Amino acid sequence: MKKIEIVQNILEANESIASQNQRLLDEYKVFAINIMSSPGAGKTSLILQTIARLKDKLRIGVVEGDFASTIDADKVKDEAAAVVQITTRNMSEQCALIANMVSHALKCLPLGDIDLLLIENVGNLLCPAEFVLGEHRRVVISSLPEGDDKPIKYPVIFADADAVVINKLDFLPYVDFDIAAFEKAIKRLNPGVKILQVSCKTGAGIENWCSWLLDELKANRIGK
Amino acid sequence: MHELGVTESIVNIALDKAKEAQASKIVKINIVVGELSGFVPDCIEFYFDFVSKDSIAEGAKLHFELAPAEFRCRTCSTIFHSHDSTWTCPKCQSQSVEITGGRELYVENMEVE
Repeated sequence: MKKIEIVQNILEANESIASQNQRLLDEYKVFAINIMSSPGAGKTSLILQTIARLKDKLRIGVVEGDFASTIDADKVKDEAAAVVQITTRNMSEQCALIANMVSHALKCLPLGDIDLLLIENVGNLLCPAEFVLGEHRRVVISSLPEGDDKPIKYPVIFADADAVVINKLDFLPYVDFDIAAFEKAIKRLNPGVKILQVSCKTGAGIENWCSWLLDELKANRIGK
Repeated sequence: MHELGVTESIVNIALDKAKEAQASKIVKINIVVGELSGFVPDCIEFYFDFVSKDSIAEGAKLHFELAPAEFRCRTCSTIFHSHDSTWTCPKCQSQSVEITGGRELYVENMEVE
């Protein structure tokens, strides 16, 4: 019997493909956002609002990740410059997108004709936190009906986020969601995070979200 | 479920290293999994039999070591473990903390013949 020391990160293969994805995106000057949330928090709605506000300024591509169906891709296909749907049902990872899936999606997109790529991850607050895709920024959406305890229950995804979007602000009169406590719980773990309040239903706060996106896109271009 | 892909990576790493060492059989693989990571050892074990079948890793024992959640206080730099979700610095009671451990997922070592 012989012991072999290894100490090798099991996610290294994913991280290496994610780096390749980012290099490809950088080559085409595409700014990519990984949008994560639980199911129903408003990922597709935020994407549609973003396209509606920014389509005159930016060419926007979308990658839709879902366990099954093309419902989300169908919703955005008339609005976005290009859409690719990834269904994870028959893949080895079903609960989150992984870098390899995005690598295939990038091959199907006209990268030269896209400025901003919005990647909608599979609805889930646990698994997407583990897999980087090659994105430039990570965004988590939390909606008021879900309750304000999510950063305590799923700390990792909030600790890594560049921005957290609080959606369904129009529900505030009907739910017991303590926005101050929610923001405090995130900032404890992630003091540099940008927190934005929006309602994709009424359009409130979408302008601030779009300004943040544009600022980050510019900062990313200057940084290259 | 995302443990299938992870199990495939574990088997690939183990087979590569076994080949380098010219081993004929993998007996035991020691894996470190962080308490805050989203990976479930039971699921990895479940997939392992299927993924390792007909390879020199077939029948190997998987041993999981759980790495505890570890935090660093942003105020006084104290490193501490916290098993509940209060994550408060035991020295200065600050609640501003950085996660420094508990997210691991790596193959530490293995025993081969």
